[in-house]
Amino acid sequence: MVDPHLVWTAFFAPLAACVLITLLFLKNKTASSLVAIAGILTSFICSCLVFGQIFHTQHPAQLQQSLAWIHFDALTINFGFLMNPLAIVMLLIVTGVGSAIFIYSRGYMDEDPSAPRFFAELSLFAFSMIGIVLSNNFIQLFIFWELVGLSSYLLIGFWYTKPSAADAGVKAFLVNRLSDFGFLCGILLLWSVSGIAGGVRSFQFTDLAAVVPLLNPHLLTVIALLLFCGVVGKSAQIPLHVWLIDAMEGPTPVSALIHAATMVAAGVYFLARVFFVFAHSPTALTTIAYVGAITSLMAAILAVAENDIKRILAYSTLSQLGLMVMALGLGGPVQGMYHLTTHAFFKALLFLGAGSVIHALHEEQNIWNMRGLWKKMPITGWTFFIGMLALSGIPPLSGFWSKDAILYLAFKSSFTIYLIAAVACGLTAFYMGRLFCVAFWGKPSESHGGHGIHESPAVMTVPLIFLAVLSVIGGFIGIPHFLSPQETPEKLNMGMAAVSSVVAFLGLGFAYMFYGRRPAVDPLIALLKNFYTAMKNKFYFDIVYGWYVDHVQQNIALFLYRFEREFIVRLFLGGVTAAARAGGRTLRYFQNGIVQFYALVFVMGAVCLFLVLTKTL
Amino acid sequence: MTPDLSWIFLSPLLGLILVALVPPERTCLIRRISAVATLVPFVLSVWAYAAYDHAAGGFQFVQSVPWVLPLGISYHLGIDGINSLLIVLLGAVSFTAVLISSSIKERIKEYYILLLITILGTYGAFLSLDIFFFYFFHEVAAVPVFLMIAIWGSEKREYAAMKLTLYLAAGAAVALVGLLALYLASGVQTFDLVALQAQLARHPIPIGVQNWIFPLIVVGFGITLTLWPFYTWAPVGYGEAPTAVSMLHAGVLKKLGAYAIIRFAIQLMPQAAHVWMPFIAALAVANIIHCGLVALTQRDLKYLLGYSSCSHMGYILLGLACFNTMGINGVVYLMFAHGIMAALAFALTGFVETQTKTRDLDEWGGITKYMPFVGTCFIMAALASAGVPGFANFVAEILVLLGAWDQYRWYTVWAVFGLVITAIYLMKAIRLGFQGPPRPQFASLTDARTTVDKLPYALLLALLILTGCLPTVILSHIQTSTRVIVESMR
Repeated sequence: MVDPHLVWTAFFAPLAACVLITLLFLKNKTASSLVAIAGILTSFICSCLVFGQIFHTQHPAQLQQSLAWIHFDALTINFGFLMNPLAIVMLLIVTGVGSAIFIYSRGYMDEDPSAPRFFAELSLFAFSMIGIVLSNNFIQLFIFWELVGLSSYLLIGFWYTKPSAADAGVKAFLVNRLSDFGFLCGILLLWSVSGIAGGVRSFQFTDLAAVVPLLNPHLLTVIALLLFCGVVGKSAQIPLHVWLIDAMEGPTPVSALIHAATMVAAGVYFLARVFFVFAHSPTALTTIAYVGAITSLMAAILAVAENDIKRILAYSTLSQLGLMVMALGLGGPVQGMYHLTTHAFFKALLFLGAGSVIHALHEEQNIWNMRGLWKKMPITGWTFFIGMLALSGIPPLSGFWSKDAILYLAFKSSFTIYLIAAVACGLTAFYMGRLFCVAFWGKPSESHGGHGIHESPAVMTVPLIFLAVLSVIGGFIGIPHFLSPQETPEKLNMGMAAVSSVVAFLGLGFAYMFYGRRPAVDPLIALLKNFYTAMKNKFYFDIVYGWYVDHVQQNIALFLYRFEREFIVRLFLGGVTAAARAGGRTLRYFQNGIVQFYALVFVMGAVCLFLVLTKTL
Repeated sequence: MTPDLSWIFLSPLLGLILVALVPPERTCLIRRISAVATLVPFVLSVWAYAAYDHAAGGFQFVQSVPWVLPLGISYHLGIDGINSLLIVLLGAVSFTAVLISSSIKERIKEYYILLLITILGTYGAFLSLDIFFFYFFHEVAAVPVFLMIAIWGSEKREYAAMKLTLYLAAGAAVALVGLLALYLASGVQTFDLVALQAQLARHPIPIGVQNWIFPLIVVGFGITLTLWPFYTWAPVGYGEAPTAVSMLHAGVLKKLGAYAIIRFAIQLMPQAAHVWMPFIAALAVANIIHCGLVALTQRDLKYLLGYSSCSHMGYILLGLACFNTMGINGVVYLMFAHGIMAALAFALTGFVETQTKTRDLDEWGGITKYMPFVGTCFIMAALASAGVPGFANFVAEILVLLGAWDQYRWYTVWAVFGLVITAIYLMKAIRLGFQGPPRPQFASLTDARTTVDKLPYALLLALLILTGCLPTVILSHIQTSTRVIVESMR
């Protein structure tokens, strides 16, 4: 049996840490970091205990508790949790990877005077993310969905005096808000038809799961696509992927935790959590699969032309998220969640490795200004190497297994999608190989203050090692089986696995061919010419959106402003003056200076008065 | 012991008499008296709110003294779930408005006298259960606003004061015609709200008559509520007014319009409400979208907040137009939430403006660096306004949207889109004014440092977060009273 107290503790520990830091420790760096770490570790330990309990419970292990948050008449909005294998896996990822990153941050943010604010916001994020994981109804989910967006905004813009960081925060918030427009409409629509079976309307996942199959399939498609809008924003799918790259302006631990391992994966988790809504709509599923596949390929292409170490990793996040979304669209929540889990391990590892490098190089992020880091920073180098191999899908590391599961699923459903995904995977191996060759290979450069470069402190390297171990063993700990014990685990298809491995090795091989000797300039510039320019410009998405905001939106607003000035104000001012003039003109007739006229009016009035009085008497 | 409602508006009156007796140069004493004269009714309001038995419902703590018998006018006070919440709102806003008025340096005595008159008039209007007294107090509150804008306002103060007053006076005149017609048509010769409710529930006014009285009242008070297209007075009025007036007007006084529409139009003439409110719902969408987009063009933060406030009134109007408990509860909730939020945002803007001498967002830039507390509070107020969960506005807006969905599906979609627009202009405001590189010329700015300095902002923020996280604090309190209104519409 699952102990609900443990779940509630895991839920609220980071919030308690956030409140405590905000009220008491905003000036105290050490205390604030310790409180934040204590909060997330408490959550992690509770999650582990709950995991043990679920593991030993007969299937289906599910526990739900609700408190009425809003309740009157027919409306009930609950605040509660729904604990099941899916939720506990995600909870373990969030709190486990979170713990590693919180500890790492203590070292990384050591010199920043605003570190207490950082830890407060990071704890707020952890709380919101746990909220998404545990929510048992749509409104609660939406609340935490928004709060996650809020903490992401705050953390991207953590260095708010830097214009690029502040802009990136605003962009992330607004893009997510735009996607939430569809999301909220979807929630409202689903709620409004949820009483169809004769029951009261509900937001609860468990109630809705019973209602959804009864709905009109067209309506269900609309609902599913509207809900998917939210995923497109949060998980940065095309065409709303633009915010995630800019989000790299935030501190690196934030990029690792929020913009790689957990928050951006929330969309995928959401799809898996309420898969019952999508499962009955083939149209929606196909759309989702294609959006995911295209995102995956596009991001993989863009990553090849990027030179900023964090942005390369951000593109690879986009690409992997695309794969996960695609898996969900192909009807494979287990495969999607499997890849989410392994991705969380190795992507957090890669980002923290990148952070370690950036920290050592004093904020240098361009890979062409790095060289031979492996020798200077052996722990970072080795762990980064492991992460790189895992992401590239080299067996037997974790990434291979989960990617292979998705590719096999794609192969069974649609060859087009399989092809897109396979190319994306090959490119992934290529750009990761490129990154590694350029930054870590070769002789250490002496020009770039080479003597000052040294390995990061233990508080940063221990989380790296922890995550590296997870990246290695992630494929062997039975995640897919735990997520769906009923299904017999599919036998590894040797042919498919061989193809996946060949694709990954080919990617790495090409990377070595191009960059193994560490050229000073990227040979692709000469090779790809105009296409390279298009890649550099991120396929012009930002330019088009910027043009829309500056020209279309601003002009509509200005037009309405002028409409108000020129029309509404004039209309009333003009109306009032015209009325006053007309009134004056009418009254002027009564003041014409003719005494006889006055006498006439006077007599008529007297007569009227007389008549009225006699009537009443 | 039960709270005595008369004291709620008599204490500002007492304070105002005391201020009048103190020599003008004793400014410190004047400020203290005013603070106490607004703190006492605030505490009394909270007490009344807590003591109100919401399970029983109805009007409680009633005081009734017949006054002009032949006309049916009586001094009749009482609270139900709705106005008891609104006096708490007024209490919080008026107390903080007095506290932040320490930035006023000239004609201090007159300033506080006028401010206290406005406050006592608003209390009176909310507490009165007699339409005559409601209208009387409503006017008492309105007159000093004109003077305060005209004397203590910024550059375009005369224009703003004239415009605001003309619009509101016109609205009040239209509403007065409606109220008098209602009085005559009811056939019971009384201004007493309770008696009217009882009478009209049994013998409704003929629908033909209702149909022309109703729009008079709704448009008349709708002007106060910045109903589209009668909103143009608000941005300029709030923009040029002294901070305390902006807080009080945007926060509370404008809600008198919504309150009057609920009490006198919708509840007393439900049949006409069904005819007219769908049109109001369309105007509400115009409010949300038009005012929201115009806010995008603004660079003066107070004007931007003014347009934002007009835009938010759209949600109140939309909620009023849906005849269910979700909508009405959402409206009452939003009146409270928006009131606190608007007061907070205007107060913080005023705090920065006093030191920078400008409200132009392009000139501010990175203010948070020098004023971390004030900057953070403003960002939180803006987030609340943008409907981020955790703040009261989110709860209110979600209730309105849920309430409106069945009846006005496409309007509701637009209203949801309004949340996107709100986020755009507020994020832009934060980005321009509070983030980015700090300006060297503002390096000498001082943040709110002492507890007394921080108190008003912390108080309002705490209320927003409390009611945002625990909606039952308000919902369980108001629902008996809102249910009465919804039932009268069936």
